Amino acid sequence: MSAFDPIILTLILLVPLAGAILIALLPDRAKLPNWIALITTLFTFLLTLHLPAHFNTGQPGFQFERNIPWIESPAIFYHVGVDGLSLWLVVLVGLLAPVGVVASWNAIQTRRKVYYALFLVQQTAMFGVFISLDLMLYYGFWELSLVPMAILIAMYGRKDGPRAALKFFLFTFIPSAPLLVAILWLYAKTGTFNFADLQYQTASGVLPASALYWVALAFLFAFAVKVPVFPLHGWLADTYSEAPVALAMVVAGKLGLYSMIRFHVGLFPAQARAIAPLLIALAVIGILYGACLALIQRDFWRLMAFAALSHLSLIVLAIYGLTFLGWASGVYQILSHGVVDAALFLLLGALEIRFASTAINSYGGLAAKLPHAATYFVIASLAMIGLPMLSGFVGEFIILSSTFAGVSRPWAVAATVGVILGAAYMLSLVQKIFYGPESAQTASKPSADLRFRELAILTPLVVLMLVMGLAPDLWLNTIRTGVHPPQAVESPQQSLQQIDQNSSATPSPTPTSSEAQR
Amino acid sequence: MTPVHDIYRILPEVIFALTGVAIMLIDASLPPSWPRRPLGWVAAIGTTIALWASLWQLSLPEGTGFFSTVETSAFTVFFHVLICGIVLVALLLSLDALPEDTHHQGEFYALIVFGAVGMCLLTGAVELLVAFIALEISSISTYILAGWRKHTGRGPEAAIKYFLLGSFATAFLLYGIALVFGATGTTQIYQIAQLAPAAQNQSLIIAALALMLVGILFKVSAAPFHVWTPDVYEGAPSPVVALLSTAPKAAAFALLLRVVYEMFPNLHYLWAPLLWIVAVLSMTVGNLAALRQQNVKRMLAYSAIAHAGYLLAAFAGIGEIGIAAAAFYIAAYAAMNVGIFAVVTLVAGYDEQLSLIDDYRGLVYRSPLLGSLLIFFLISLIGIPFTGGFFGKFYSFSAAVGGGAIWLAVIGLLNSGLAAAYYLRLVVVAAQRPLLDSSSDASADSAFAAAPRPAVGAAVIAAVFLAVAATLVLGIIPGATLDAAQSAAHTLQAPPQTTVPAVADPAPPAR
Repeated sequence: MSAFDPIILTLILLVPLAGAILIALLPDRAKLPNWIALITTLFTFLLTLHLPAHFNTGQPGFQFERNIPWIESPAIFYHVGVDGLSLWLVVLVGLLAPVGVVASWNAIQTRRKVYYALFLVQQTAMFGVFISLDLMLYYGFWELSLVPMAILIAMYGRKDGPRAALKFFLFTFIPSAPLLVAILWLYAKTGTFNFADLQYQTASGVLPASALYWVALAFLFAFAVKVPVFPLHGWLADTYSEAPVALAMVVAGKLGLYSMIRFHVGLFPAQARAIAPLLIALAVIGILYGACLALIQRDFWRLMAFAALSHLSLIVLAIYGLTFLGWASGVYQILSHGVVDAALFLLLGALEIRFASTAINSYGGLAAKLPHAATYFVIASLAMIGLPMLSGFVGEFIILSSTFAGVSRPWAVAATVGVILGAAYMLSLVQKIFYGPESAQTASKPSADLRFRELAILTPLVVLMLVMGLAPDLWLNTIRTGVHPPQAVESPQQSLQQIDQNSSATPSPTPTSSEAQR
Repeated sequence: MTPVHDIYRILPEVIFALTGVAIMLIDASLPPSWPRRPLGWVAAIGTTIALWASLWQLSLPEGTGFFSTVETSAFTVFFHVLICGIVLVALLLSLDALPEDTHHQGEFYALIVFGAVGMCLLTGAVELLVAFIALEISSISTYILAGWRKHTGRGPEAAIKYFLLGSFATAFLLYGIALVFGATGTTQIYQIAQLAPAAQNQSLIIAALALMLVGILFKVSAAPFHVWTPDVYEGAPSPVVALLSTAPKAAAFALLLRVVYEMFPNLHYLWAPLLWIVAVLSMTVGNLAALRQQNVKRMLAYSAIAHAGYLLAAFAGIGEIGIAAAAFYIAAYAAMNVGIFAVVTLVAGYDEQLSLIDDYRGLVYRSPLLGSLLIFFLISLIGIPFTGGFFGKFYSFSAAVGGGAIWLAVIGLLNSGLAAAYYLRLVVVAAQRPLLDSSSDASADSAFAAAPRPAVGAAVIAAVFLAVAATLVLGIIPGATLDAAQSAAHTLQAPPQTTVPAVADPAPPAR
């Protein structure tokens, strides 16, 4: 136990906020806000690294917990903590923050003060979502995370920022209305916002099942829009093509997927099981639909948006397969997707700054001019496609194999087709941008290869992809304690454990090897 | 005779009245060439003393005075403090926002203070005729204040509309009071509460309730009695609207709480569905109409109607929970609404050259501080967590859910999603870069240059600071206010046992 343990999560929440206030107070001179933001985010990242360093893998449940009464009536607590599920997601947010600052370094030239201050507030809100164990606190951070995002998209959008910001905000704000009603209903019935208590209460069967069905649906709806899941993805492409690079990296996926595992499947296992077939179908449709649309995009941000829809749907498939293996690989895939996406966004953002275009066909033959960029881009693309030995492979493979063995063969086959399509659009993107004849637009502009700052942040990301591909157990062991607590006799997990036992024959190499290690 | 001298029961009102009279006298005796601005400071100081006096009333034993016509309790103190705070902010705002050459400046301040007398008295009254007189005192002041900008066409229009419709509504209230008196033979609220269930002519009581609701719902600008609101808000000077949209509403809601929860608790089955309908109508009509507005003040007027609806949702709550939620919402709403009208005053100036939403384009770039304040208050109005607006909505809708009105909460929350659209429109416009093509840029710049920039003096800074602080405190540490609201609710639900103030309490009249 370190002396930091009780306050570390609070520090992680407060340091970005303090940085934001500092930026707001100091003058907007030269690169001052950039540097403060960079130092703050790096420091926060170091703080988040404290968590895995002192995390006790053998110990189930939440660690670094803090539970202080905040408001007496209704009983809202400042209750934070992490378990294996959220541990690495917190670190991921910490890692992506400095990446985002570097990505914005030259892209944001006006009003740096506003930009970086709001960027840091956004960090606080995202950390808050991942560590809150009080439903009301969680909801607070969930809502708070929308505001800086919407304002930044409105102010720094490429062409039509305000419209995209409005779309994004309404798409994500309106579903949170039923979410709040559902949270309030739970509170009215149980008298608590505490996650663990609620988990116990929903499983104990004292709450009317018909009402719980609607409550669970309200939770799911809010999360599904945020992910997004297939028919609810209307905001995604516009947001990706308008949002500043640093924000597009974090806008989709993580928050919604984590919330699905923790607050939908975790709180309402029976209801989740009832609705799982629908979500599996939607997820597979999303995989194929996103991949097909990605194939025909002319703008690379929109391509990335539909690629994200496809990849995130794969994780949704993993979550609603309702196997422990699927959950662990789903969380792992969130991490991998976060890292890979960050690298790709950084590179595409760098290209956009150099050549001032987001149209794919205005590029060509850049490999000769920008060899470093080309190398990194190819590696990141391969990781995204899921080449063995790179991070994308592990998650994708386990998800598909566990779906095939434990859920449904046809769906697994269909999802695999989507993965093949993924290779098609990513490789054609690489080919169009970096190979082939040099286009007129790129030839006309003298451009330097990646600068030191960009290399300094890309290299660790690429190394990380390689390490994640080679030694997934470093992460999977901890994640597994979160989704599959050793004392899995806890009532809410019981029904799910049975499913897991059915699928325990899943032929996948990684878990068995990790089992042997333990 | 009584341990607490009657005068202490109305101490804040007395202080307000004395301040107002003093201002009128000083104003009349000063040479015409002297500036009238110091009179505003006199009013502000008087309001501060009244605020302190309201807090001091907490140390009095609960009870009534003046033959059971006025009461002091946690409930009245809660609203007194709230109203004094709003009046203080509005006064500070007017101090800097009114141009030096405004006509009859002294009377302006005096009227605000006299209005405060009426509003405070209205929250303390436990006798219907006193309540009626208090309502009239506050209304007449606000009628005059609404038309203060005589040189514009809109000012007098606003005043006349407000006056005609307002008098009509108070007539309804008076009819209601008359019918209650006819049915029970008394106008004292506690006695009515005791006698009404046993009254022979129940239809008389029901008619009375309906008429009184019409009168009060008009004052809180709930749909379908809201038509006056946008015109009045548009025509009245912004500092006055800051006051108008909050303090009289707070007082009227206090009366509504008294009427439904204290006077006719047994008619719950009648007024609860009525208020349910009014709440849904108010939020939906307000939000839908606000979506289409081009004028910022009209938009905020419709938003105020919608907020009245959110507040009425709390009335679906059971007993104390509902009352406490409503009281908290009023406080949160007052803090953010006073704040946003303070910002509007500063942006648009007294003469309001900049009244359209498009005129706010690029505000964040032109004046970062004002821009961020505007966005802050809009975020609170949307109801984003860690601002007062969020906990207001939160308590209101959780009261509704607790009272079984789940659909009301769902409609309300969907409405707040709808409302986000128009608030965000203003945020987005303010955050947009100023137009780049030269002609419109030049005209926008010149409009900005032409607008007489109100002197941003200490008073305005203090006013905005108070509003920001209140909004943040209500959003981050709502505990204290909620406790106050709950004890207020408690006193309303459990009124003093004896209606005659002959309490055998040997407490000295003053400390």
